[in-house]
Amino acid sequence: MRRNKFAHQGISACFFTFLALTGVGGAVPLNLQAQTHPVKTAKQDSLEKLNALKLEKVNALKEVQIKTIKLSRRQTSSTPLQILSGAELEKLNSLSVADAVRYFSGVQLKDYGGIGGLKTINVRSMGSNHTAVFYDGVQLGNAQNGQVDLGKFSLDNIEEIELYNGQKSSVLQSAKGFASASSLYLKARQPNFEPGRSNRIKAAFRTGSFGLLNPSILWQSKLSERTYSTVSAELKKANGRYKYRITNGVYDTTAVRTDGDVETMRLELGLNGFLADSSKWSVKLYGYKDDQGLPGAIVANVFRFSQRMWNRNFFAQSAYEKNIGKYSLVASAKYSNDYMRYLNPDIVTTSGFLNNTYHQQEFYFSLANKLKINKYWDVVWSADYQLNDMNANLDRFAYPTRNTLLNVLATRLHFDRFDIQANLLSTVVSDKVKSGPSAGTKNELTPTVMVSWQPFDQKEFRIRSFYKSIFRMPTFNDLYYTFYQFTVLRPEYTKQYDLGFTYIKGYENRALTQFSIQADAYFNQVKDKIVAVPGTSQAMWSMRNLGKVEIKGIDVNIQSAWELAQAFNLSLGLSYTYQQAIDADPKSTTYKNQIPYIPLHNGTFLAGASYKKFALNYSYMYTGERYDQSANIPKNYVQPFYTHDLAMHYNTQIQKRKIRLTAEVNNLLNQAYAVITNYPMPGRSYRFSLTYDY
Amino acid sequence: MMTKLVNKMKANNSRYTCLLLILLTSFLGACRKDLQVIPEEQEGVIPADPSRRLQGFYLVNEGNMGMNKASLDYMDFSTGVYRRNTYNQMNPAQINGLGDVANDVGIYGSKLYIVVNISNKVEVLDAKSGKRIQQINVTNPRYITFKDGKAYVSAYLGKVGVPNAPNGVVIQIDTASLKEEKRIEVGRQPEEMAIVAGKLYVANSGGYTPLNYDTRVSVIDLNTFTVVRNIEVAINLHRVKADKYGDLYVTSRGNYLDIHSKIFVIDTQTDLVKTRFDIGASNMVIDDDVAYLYGSEWSSNTGKFSLSYGMLDVKDEKILNKKFITDGTEANIMIPYGIAVDKYTKEVFVTDARDYVSPGVLYCFDPAGKKKWSVVTGDIPAHFAMVYK
Repeated sequence: MRRNKFAHQGISACFFTFLALTGVGGAVPLNLQAQTHPVKTAKQDSLEKLNALKLEKVNALKEVQIKTIKLSRRQTSSTPLQILSGAELEKLNSLSVADAVRYFSGVQLKDYGGIGGLKTINVRSMGSNHTAVFYDGVQLGNAQNGQVDLGKFSLDNIEEIELYNGQKSSVLQSAKGFASASSLYLKARQPNFEPGRSNRIKAAFRTGSFGLLNPSILWQSKLSERTYSTVSAELKKANGRYKYRITNGVYDTTAVRTDGDVETMRLELGLNGFLADSSKWSVKLYGYKDDQGLPGAIVANVFRFSQRMWNRNFFAQSAYEKNIGKYSLVASAKYSNDYMRYLNPDIVTTSGFLNNTYHQQEFYFSLANKLKINKYWDVVWSADYQLNDMNANLDRFAYPTRNTLLNVLATRLHFDRFDIQANLLSTVVSDKVKSGPSAGTKNELTPTVMVSWQPFDQKEFRIRSFYKSIFRMPTFNDLYYTFYQFTVLRPEYTKQYDLGFTYIKGYENRALTQFSIQADAYFNQVKDKIVAVPGTSQAMWSMRNLGKVEIKGIDVNIQSAWELAQAFNLSLGLSYTYQQAIDADPKSTTYKNQIPYIPLHNGTFLAGASYKKFALNYSYMYTGERYDQSANIPKNYVQPFYTHDLAMHYNTQIQKRKIRLTAEVNNLLNQAYAVITNYPMPGRSYRFSLTYDY
Repeated sequence: MMTKLVNKMKANNSRYTCLLLILLTSFLGACRKDLQVIPEEQEGVIPADPSRRLQGFYLVNEGNMGMNKASLDYMDFSTGVYRRNTYNQMNPAQINGLGDVANDVGIYGSKLYIVVNISNKVEVLDAKSGKRIQQINVTNPRYITFKDGKAYVSAYLGKVGVPNAPNGVVIQIDTASLKEEKRIEVGRQPEEMAIVAGKLYVANSGGYTPLNYDTRVSVIDLNTFTVVRNIEVAINLHRVKADKYGDLYVTSRGNYLDIHSKIFVIDTQTDLVKTRFDIGASNMVIDDDVAYLYGSEWSSNTGKFSLSYGMLDVKDEKILNKKFITDGTEANIMIPYGIAVDKYTKEVFVTDARDYVSPGVLYCFDPAGKKKWSVVTGDIPAHFAMVYK
């Protein structure tokens, strides 16, 4: 018995429904397209060179004709870009960054459940270590395991979330920006004042299921005409308790998750401003502290866990931007200090409970320089230096220090309808250890090429494509974790090929005011995958460069905005992802099987309606069938899941003070599901919030 | 004119919206299949042999930690059929099934006992039907052995949540009432046990404190149920197998770095170590005068585990210049993880845990070391319970 036949019928049925749905989404605008006004071109005006004046005129003309559309970075980026910002973010049922990124296509969120469960992002099936997370332009590092728990980042102070496949398409950026297979950018709220005011206070209080109490405050102040300050503070306390249901069709039991309690505190201070020469500067201090239970795998006879974790994170970062004629410069620096303590009372050593502490530090400097050679051609050189070290109270710990030097040469040619960028990244990584063998020095050279092309006269349609070769370094855990035998590890390489298009159209005097679609097909290869290989003892594993994965995928995003009546607005969004991610190592016992936890199909549907002071937001999320281990056999089969979330908002003003009331229901139909096997997700849950903004 | 157009558009739009809603509803409702108990799988392996004295054996698959995929297979020689994953179908109402990481199995009387480590239990089944009788809760249990109507279970921790109580215990369970009767504190993280002449020997590993491993075999007098002696052997002890000459074969796992795995022989007359073999043994089974074993050594030079298979003569206490796999099959075995011998035919059964996260393989070798057959098992096939006539 190789495959579960019955499992696939239901799936194909719902896949075709989804396709049909997507098709309808696509058909609506195609129908309307016939009646759209053609954009006049400059071609017939002149076959010779256009002089600058003429070009300006033409551009102005175009602006008028497509005035209802804003061509955003989404359309012009030569790498696929998805953005959630401002109002969109506020409407979503989200508490943390992790909740929000679920709406992006091509993304799997690894979610261990509840408020306390670890949440990491896996973009286009390359593995969570291949996504870099940037906070206000500087990468959030974790040299220990390379993972960033997105559940720890509150949306309270976030203005915008961007996900780039490949890399950010702007050419002037730090070398780190070129150095990951995909990048998630979190942007903190920027100071923004109404005319005549120099202070702004935004306060919020959230409560609801899981025993959540979550007050937060944001205070922005204009210290002088050119200097602004921001203070953002947040407290989050939750017992993390939730009901979940487990069933195999015969037994059917409901239990309560009792070990996902969290208590977190966050304080951010920011100063930013402009100097007399209009150069920009910013300083940011970030402090975070938590105390949390560690929810474990719910297995037979085990429903409670006593493990706990404490985190303390601090960082200070600063950036400076300046333009001198044809030359531009971006400099940034960061220091971070992270502490983590793990307590496991189930393991009693001769000196008491297992109590591990980990301490990491990072120093980071970056300098990016751009020279505008002429109107069409930019050249960039970026250099980053980073120092990481780690201490832990583990037996025979290596105490590693890592020096990383990144250098990028990048160039960009941009014409009216065609944009090409290419860069070459050099990475030199050198490890030193106090005891045991070290990984030594590694030297890598990796290229990226990306193009964006407007093939027709209309600006609305663009084709884009990129190729990127990049790798991730083995983490300190991969190399120096005491329970692993030391091995020489190579970096884990990825190669990405992407081809896609974007299309946007605005309409006047119609119910449909705007329609946009972006779609990409891609092929990724991950080779020398770093995996843990067991020895004959379960206690002793070794890390090896073994696996190989090939991913063929399609990401589609469709968005539309409607004005159905006066003050009655509707927005619809659909995202769909198809991914065939197979074990491509012919020597593997599961060669050609779909890799664990990657569904063939997943998608989201978002609908938002607003009428005067009221707004209603509905979101639906579907994740298709998956396998939880590498063999695609019935006992590894994981059911699809789909959740319905609903949020209602009421906005009002009392003497110019904005008040917003929100009620959210998550998992409306109370579906029992798990993203990760044995980590059941919450059933129906509620959240209420009150926001004051003046 | 304009108004008309807009109206027409709106009509169109509402039609699409309607269609969209219909499709959406059907899409939302139809995507989950009915839940089903994971069924038993049967596979004919060899011709039926109802006269064979080894009727069959249970093979317990540990399952990777946290996956809750411990499973029970049965090789039935009387029909020649290998039955994979028998527990779920026999006991579908058991919440979360057999559990997480099955660490040992044993048959005593009419009952089959499965020690499920992470699930903190000893699962008791009817050995014939595979139907569950009940479970005995034991925190962090490791191995099981039997004597005179009692089962003895070693467990890593005697007290839970007490920081100054690192010692493990041996628990005595009555096999009729299936209740815990007594427990006694032994060394740290006790592993395998063997009973010789009224004395229970348990190997202490101390694996929770790698810089300070335990080094002793604790000796419990079963009449008084007290620890009468601790025998100093070597660090990180694991296996304990008794031969028919009153000797115990005890393995030390070493520290996986500079101290290598070894085998020690304890004379139970004197309770002293009398011989040492400097060969690595991850697992071992003794049948008649022969110990069958396999081991692995880590090599810093190659960065790989090297596997070895060996045989010892337990009567003369010397290494035999013989192999129980002679046809090159060992090249296909990634991680040997379990071993058993048919005491009548002298066939050797070896399991391969592969990469720990995909199904394993069970091999059968004839006494000349040639592969007779093999079959796919559950995840991490590890522990055998033989059913003789």
